[in-house]
Amino acid sequence: MADTARTISFPTSISDVRRLPFWMPVFWVLMGLGAYASYLRLFQGLGAVTNLSDRFPWGLWIGFDVLCGVGLAAGGFTLVAAVHIFNLERYKPILRPAILTAFLGYVLVVVALMFDLGRPDRIWHPLVMWNPHSVMFEVAWCVMLYTTVLALEFVPAVCERFGWKSPLNVLRTISLPVVILGVILSTLHQSSLGSLYLIVPEKLYPLWYTPLMPVLFYISAICVGLAMTIFESWHSSREFGRYIELPLLAGMARLLAVLLSTYVTLRLVDLYERGGLGLVLVPRTETYLWLLEMGLLIAPALLLFSFRVRHNPSALYACALMVIFGFIANRLNVSVTGMEAGLGVHYVPKWTEIAVTLAVVALGFAIFRFAARHLPVFEEGKTP
Amino acid sequence: MGLGILYDSTLCIGCRECEKACAARWKLPYNDNIAAEEQISAHKLTAIQTRGEHFTRRLCMHCNEPACASVCPVSALHKTALGPVVYDETRCIGCRYCMLACPFQVPTYEWGSRTPRVRKCDGCYDRRKAGQPTACVEACPTGASSCGDRNALIDEARRRLAEKPDQYYHRIYGIEEAGGTSVLYLSAVPFEQLAMKVGLPKEPLPQLTWRALSLVPDVVSTGSVLLGGIWWITHRREKVAAAERREKEGKQ
Repeated sequence: MADTARTISFPTSISDVRRLPFWMPVFWVLMGLGAYASYLRLFQGLGAVTNLSDRFPWGLWIGFDVLCGVGLAAGGFTLVAAVHIFNLERYKPILRPAILTAFLGYVLVVVALMFDLGRPDRIWHPLVMWNPHSVMFEVAWCVMLYTTVLALEFVPAVCERFGWKSPLNVLRTISLPVVILGVILSTLHQSSLGSLYLIVPEKLYPLWYTPLMPVLFYISAICVGLAMTIFESWHSSREFGRYIELPLLAGMARLLAVLLSTYVTLRLVDLYERGGLGLVLVPRTETYLWLLEMGLLIAPALLLFSFRVRHNPSALYACALMVIFGFIANRLNVSVTGMEAGLGVHYVPKWTEIAVTLAVVALGFAIFRFAARHLPVFEEGKTP
Repeated sequence: MGLGILYDSTLCIGCRECEKACAARWKLPYNDNIAAEEQISAHKLTAIQTRGEHFTRRLCMHCNEPACASVCPVSALHKTALGPVVYDETRCIGCRYCMLACPFQVPTYEWGSRTPRVRKCDGCYDRRKAGQPTACVEACPTGASSCGDRNALIDEARRRLAEKPDQYYHRIYGIEEAGGTSVLYLSAVPFEQLAMKVGLPKEPLPQLTWRALSLVPDVVSTGSVLLGGIWWITHRREKVAAAERREKEGKQ
C-alpha cells in the first residue's frame, strides 16, 4: 500500500493522476467494509453475516470466491503448459503475469475459504484425516499442492529481483517435474470442482446437471484462463504504459475460439442427448439465466473466429470480458441459481458476504499491482 | 443392512412424545414453541409434521450408502455396521458439503455458534449398541414408530399392507430411495402429499461421484506420460533443428 500512496503524491504519468484519485477511495472503502465484515464473521459466526441456512448451505463465498476464483486463475497452468511443455517460446512474455495471477488467485481462494468454513482453525484436517471417496478431499489436496507449485513457479521472479543465484539453479533442475505436476494437479481439481455437483442430481436444475460436468468445468476453466490473460495484458498495457502483445494475444484468441466452440457444442449436444433441449422454451428464471450464460459464451466463440476481431485490441478485450462474465454466470448458475428450486429456497447474499467478496477481489488487484511494480513480472526493460 | 426404524403414518396421532424424548436424550430444550416448529434444525433433530389430516416425521434416514459420509473430506460421518450414520464433531471442518449432498436435506448447522457443529439424528447409536430401542421408539405410545432389523421391518411393513390394503398407499418409502434407507415409511396417502421427496434416484448417490473420482489415477498416469512425451518431442525438435543448423554452417 505504501507504493500506491507514493504514486498519489508523485504521479508518474497523466493517466495516474486521472485514475488513482477515483480508485484509491473505492479501494479503502472496500477494505474498511471487508474488515468490519470480517470482525462480525469472527465474533458472531456464519449465521450473523450470511443468508445461508440449513436448506441453503453454500452461497456466494463458495459460488464466486472459490468456484470462480479457481477458474479465473486457470491461465497459470494453461500458459505454463504452452511455454514449458509445448515449447511455445513466443508466449514467454505473458507467462509470468499469468503465474502471478494464478498464485494470487489461489491464495485468495484459501483466504475466502477461511471465511466460509465453520471451523477455519481445522483447515489442515484433510491432511491427516482422509476420505478418498470425497471429491472435496481430492480438491483440498490438489489446491494445497498446486498453490505450492505456483509459489515455486513464481519464486524465480523474486530471486531475480534480489540477485539470488543458487535457489534459481535448484529450481531449474526440478523445473520439468514441477511443471508437469502443476498441469496434472490443475486438470484434476478444475474438473473436480464440477464433480462436486455430481452428487446432487435431484437438486441441480437439468439445464446444468450432467454427468459431463467435470469435463465441462475443465474446458471452461481453460477458456476463462485464456480470457483472463487477454484481460490482464490489456489492462497492464494501459496501466503501465506498455505495448500490448497483440500477435500473442491474437494467437491465444484463436485457440480460445476453438475451445469455446467445442465447449458450447458439447453442452448443446449433451443437453439434446439427455432430452433437455425442450427446457430452453420453458418460461422460468433458470431458462433466462441459461440463455444469458450461453449468449455470453456463444458470441465470443463466433466473433473470435474473425481475424479482424482478434487483431483489434478493443474487440479482443470485449470478447475476453464476455467469456469472463459467461464463465462467472455459469459457476453461479451451477452453485446458486440452479440450486434454488431444488433446495426450495431463494437466496440473496447478505451485504457482509458481498463486502468480503469485494474486499478479497480488491486485495487481489492491489497485490498484483504492487508485485508488478516491484518484481520482474513483465518482460525485462518493459517494466515501468 | 443392520437396524432400522419403521414409521407408520396411519398410526401416528401427532402427540410429539418422540420429539420430547429425542430432545431429552440430546439435552436440548423442549417447550411449546419448539414443539410448534415443524422443521428439523440444530436444536430439534426429529420433527412431527402436520400435512392436512395426516402426520409425518422427519429424522435422519440413515441411508444404506449415505451421500453425506461419501462427500465428507475428513470422514467425520460414517455408516456404522449396526445401521446408524454417525458424526464425529472433532473431525468436522464445517464445509457443509454433507448438507448440500444429503438427498433428504437432513443435516443442520449451528449457524449462531462461533464453533459450529453439524447436527443430525444419530439413530441413538449408543442405545442401539447396548441393545436398547431408540429414544423416539421407546416413547411412542401407539407403535407408529418401531425399530428392529431392517429386513424384519420390511417384512412387517409388507404384512401391514397385505392385512389392511384399503388403509394404506401401497408402497414402502425407503426401500429403494437413494439406494435404500434404514428408516422406512408407511402412509395412507401418496408420499408426495406428506411433502416427502419422491422420484429420487434408485442408485446410491455416492456412485455418481465415484464414477468420476475413480478416473483420477488414470488421469495422473496417462497425463504425466503424455505431457512428458510432448515435452520430449517439442524440445527434441528444437535440438535437432539447432544441430542441423550447426552442420550446415560447418559445411559452408
